[in-house]
Amino acid sequence: MTGADVLLLALGAVAVGSGVLVVTTRHLVRAGLYLVVCLGALAGDYLVLTAELVAWVQVLIYVGAVVVLLLFAVMLTRAPIGASDDLDRPGWPAALIGGGAGLGLAALLVDAYRWTAVALPEAGTAERIGGEIFRSWVLPFEVLSVLLLSALVGAVILSRPDIGRPGAGPSSAARPDPAGRSTEAAR
Amino acid sequence: MRPVIPYVTAALLFGLGAYGVLRRRNAVLVLMAVELMLNAVNLILVTADTTVRAALPHSGQVFALFVIVLAAAEVGVGLAIVLQLYRLRASVAVDEVPLTEPPAGAPVAVGTAAADRPEASTTGHPGAPGGEAR
Repeated sequence: MTGADVLLLALGAVAVGSGVLVVTTRHLVRAGLYLVVCLGALAGDYLVLTAELVAWVQVLIYVGAVVVLLLFAVMLTRAPIGASDDLDRPGWPAALIGGGAGLGLAALLVDAYRWTAVALPEAGTAERIGGEIFRSWVLPFEVLSVLLLSALVGAVILSRPDIGRPGAGPSSAARPDPAGRSTEAAR
Repeated sequence: MRPVIPYVTAALLFGLGAYGVLRRRNAVLVLMAVELMLNAVNLILVTADTTVRAALPHSGQVFALFVIVLAAAEVGVGLAIVLQLYRLRASVAVDEVPLTEPPAGAPVAVGTAAADRPEASTTGHPGAPGGEAR
């Protein structure tokens, strides 16, 4: 057991423990905050595994953006402040499938690696990862930028109720406009 | 470095995420569980990058970055869908969402939400979702 092993064990225990709390807690806001702890522990894991750039991107995007978006959604859907009892479905199938997937994968990986040790490679700094992305992975990078743009446009269209409602048609979509203008003119 | 430790961590996190997706009723909590599963995949990718000597160095970390970008796009679209669901139903419970289109004129939530929008905008109700914003 080297220092890296001890760090990995501790951070993995923190990540799994807070992950358990994310899927079992009865407070919606606390689930988001436990998710911050879990993602932060995973960022520490990445640092120990010499993936510097991935660790900082994890902190920036996941902890900084995704969790904040999730907490915004918790607040915008008017979640109750205290504990709520109706968050869970009665689920033996969920425990069976989740436990089966987790423990089955863990058994497979333990069987494959069996406490062998490897030497850590050179660190994945921003310079190396950037060079690798723009030398070998340029096309997926560009495709991802197009995908981000389309996801953005899709989110805008989804959150505007007057565009693209099937069945409503252009007539009912155009109806609020003259009505609003006529009431404004009447005032 | 023993690679079995982060691998087992990732496997357990993936199991927790699958459990959360199947167990939770609130759609926001389902999205949080999906984030757990995506992070488990990221941890597998980064660990495999340090363990396996590939022809292209650091490609596992590049893939982890790509998955992080995909997760950001996924959570943006997912939250737009969840907020639209809340606007239509005033509830984000995923097991109350009907999977079939209701018949025309049926007095269920889609019909009422579509029906009360024009009269709300003509009466100038401040809670009307369209019209007032422009």
